[in-house]
Amino acid sequence: MRFDIILRVATKFMLAPLLLFALYVQLHGDYGPGGGFQAGVIAAAAIILYGLIVGLAPVQKIVPMRLLEILIPGGVLIYMGVGIAGLLTGANFLDYNHLAHDAVHGQEWGVFLVEIGVFVTVFSTMVAIFYAFAGRRRS
Amino acid sequence: MIETAVTIVLLLLLGAVTIGIVRVRGLFAAVVLLGIYSFLMATLFIVLDAVDVAMTEAAVGAGVSTVFFLGALYLTDTVEAPSARGQFVPLLVALVTAGALVWGLSDLPAFGSPDQPIHRQGADYLARSVPETGIANVVSAVLASYRGFDTLGETTVVFTAGIGVLALLRRRRSEGGN
Repeated sequence: MRFDIILRVATKFMLAPLLLFALYVQLHGDYGPGGGFQAGVIAAAAIILYGLIVGLAPVQKIVPMRLLEILIPGGVLIYMGVGIAGLLTGANFLDYNHLAHDAVHGQEWGVFLVEIGVFVTVFSTMVAIFYAFAGRRRS
Repeated sequence: MIETAVTIVLLLLLGAVTIGIVRVRGLFAAVVLLGIYSFLMATLFIVLDAVDVAMTEAAVGAGVSTVFFLGALYLTDTVEAPSARGQFVPLLVALVTAGALVWGLSDLPAFGSPDQPIHRQGADYLARSVPETGIANVVSAVLASYRGFDTLGETTVVFTAGIGVLALLRRRRSEGGN
């Protein structure tokens, strides 16, 4: 597959729109279908597609395993952090009402940040599982 | 009318693919059929107006998990191992389970029935979510705002699954270099 010119060129054309679409699904999730989970999987699919075409070493230069090891718990920590920020501002855990000057804005901020947490964890977990499978040889 | 026709065609295709998955012995063909199954399910979810679920099914079921299955196939054999024992007990278990599921179906509410508690709650969310959260997509509002705890749990499940797979599959440093 690595030397198939059609796949290589098609992948090159698809990668940027895929990542852009992931961002769109992430940031537009408040208005249309989508959100952190879907966006995370789509972005991970873009990275995995690149990895399938060019091989493991080049893709790990872009998204190194060391970074994923930080991102996997990082997303959960972002989510928990938003919850704890709710506690610190005098509301319940994961209550976003006090995060901004009024309750509706606080909710918007809270949901936005929480979705980023979901995105980070889902994206990095998917890519890490792909690396784990692709990094092994037939025994 | 046309929606019913589309649904019936999709369900028939789903049935055909399911029989194919059960019958086929080559695991590579099974993986491809599973991808087709997920894609048909995604289309069915769109017909049912569940666009969020359709997106997830298309991305996870038809996309990423197919790659994972293929990766797993590369590491193992591509033909199912023949079963050494008789097939009577598995068949009996499957029949009893199917019977229980069909029996349970008889107690389900009519499709789309508005009297169910779940739909009454849903109407409440529809009225409340925009003034309270300012988020136009009710699915996002329910997932992240009203059921934030639930979604935190789901994120933790993804996290746990990830570190579990990594702990099992990753090459140890001591093996390193190969």
